[in-house]
Amino acid sequence: MAHVVQAGGGPRVVRVELPFHLRTLARVQGEVAVEVTGLVTLGAVLDALERLYPVLQGTIRDHDTLKRRAFLRFFACQDDVSLESADYVLPDAVAAGAEPLMVVGALAGG
Amino acid sequence: MSRVRVLVGTKKGAFVLTSDGARKNWEVSGPHFAGWEMYHLKGSPADPNRIYASQTSGWFGQVMQRSNDGGTTWEAVGNKFAYEGTPGTHQWYDGTPHPWEFKRVWHVEPSLTDPDTVYAGVEDAAMFKSTDGGQNWQELAGLRGHGTGSSWAPGAGGLGLHTILLDPSNPQRMFIAISAAGAFRTDDGGVSWKAINRGLRSQYIPDPEAEVGHCVHRIAMHPSRPNTLFMQKHWDVLRTDDAGDNWREVSGNLPTDFGFVVDVHAHDPETVYVVPIKSDSEHFPLEGQLRVFRSRTGGEEWEPLTAGLPQRDCYVNVLRDAMAVDTLEKCGIYFGTTGGQVYASSDAGDNWTPIVSTLPPVYSVEVQTLP
Repeated sequence: MAHVVQAGGGPRVVRVELPFHLRTLARVQGEVAVEVTGLVTLGAVLDALERLYPVLQGTIRDHDTLKRRAFLRFFACQDDVSLESADYVLPDAVAAGAEPLMVVGALAGG
Repeated sequence: MSRVRVLVGTKKGAFVLTSDGARKNWEVSGPHFAGWEMYHLKGSPADPNRIYASQTSGWFGQVMQRSNDGGTTWEAVGNKFAYEGTPGTHQWYDGTPHPWEFKRVWHVEPSLTDPDTVYAGVEDAAMFKSTDGGQNWQELAGLRGHGTGSSWAPGAGGLGLHTILLDPSNPQRMFIAISAAGAFRTDDGGVSWKAINRGLRSQYIPDPEAEVGHCVHRIAMHPSRPNTLFMQKHWDVLRTDDAGDNWREVSGNLPTDFGFVVDVHAHDPETVYVVPIKSDSEHFPLEGQLRVFRSRTGGEEWEPLTAGLPQRDCYVNVLRDAMAVDTLEKCGIYFGTTGGQVYASSDAGDNWTPIVSTLPPVYSVEVQTLP
């Protein structure tokens, strides 16, 4: 999806939708909202998420390499952005809080 | 009257089973962490209300949980298990070098004296220690670095460190076991380690009597005799009476000496329990009969215990961390199956009753005897 470079300004509130087990782990219901200062990149949102909910550290990304765990995917405005780098600027609709960044578990397992 | 608390880890959550000392009526609490694989839970001997649990998922990785109230409520603690230095490689299944990668915690072992100190056995095989109640974990790197680490290869279930035994008479001495590297001992609190596999014979490896490479499934100790250990190997049941320096086979008259669990009676260090499994290709009891075998002679002579256990059409397995004993006057024996049953005997194995029958596959069973 094409997107424009986000305009400056103060912190933005970004919505994140977590899979069931991570909601349970973080003890939240429904979407969570995180505050991001500066460009709303994939990495910045995940950083903010892990700051707000430290229990999620290591469950979405590796502690040290910050590499995405293999069976998780990231979606924004129905686009799969899982393979994008941490610097990837999320679509304006996500940055504006109109759409959530979705963290999705792969449909696999028993 | 004493109470008993049984901590059960399953493929889909943890369960806490409690009873008074009669061990007839049980309350079942759970599932805790529903939907997650609970590899192991164990309470602190120094504070029975302190329980540690390993919570894992193929999707979300490792989480460690801690309870301070006997398993009623839980809090997540540290889940960062970083190998010391440059991790290097171990052997892969095909013999090629493979980078060491943390996958999950197989076993937690709380200190005998300090509720905030706990050890973790992990896959890929390594041992970690926390002294702050599980918030931070440091590798005891001398184990992987003791010299043979680069030659360790995984068993079919992975390269897991699954057994940690703490010597109650010597805080500096610990025993661990790894599939498929073997057993190891430290005499300096985990700084340095030696392989203790002399006497093991494994036909399925290139050198059957190699220093390492044996698929040890489980070792067990009676606290009053820490130099005597019992081992269930891939095949063979063995014992040592010199802290692992020499082992001898004591499979004796067992109908098959393949299996996973081994444990020792709480009050008689020569009474030992195993659950024979048909073979490494058929992980279920012989002839569909679930039988615990007990030796009152420290091995060699074994008797089948069947009362209350299914004697036909039973094709479950009993995994390596899924047997435990309580310390009540009449020793209780407990084991869980991959069919979701947890069986208990309140008379040292003579009679068995299922506490629960329809849990998810049971990975681990631990027992706490409470005042």
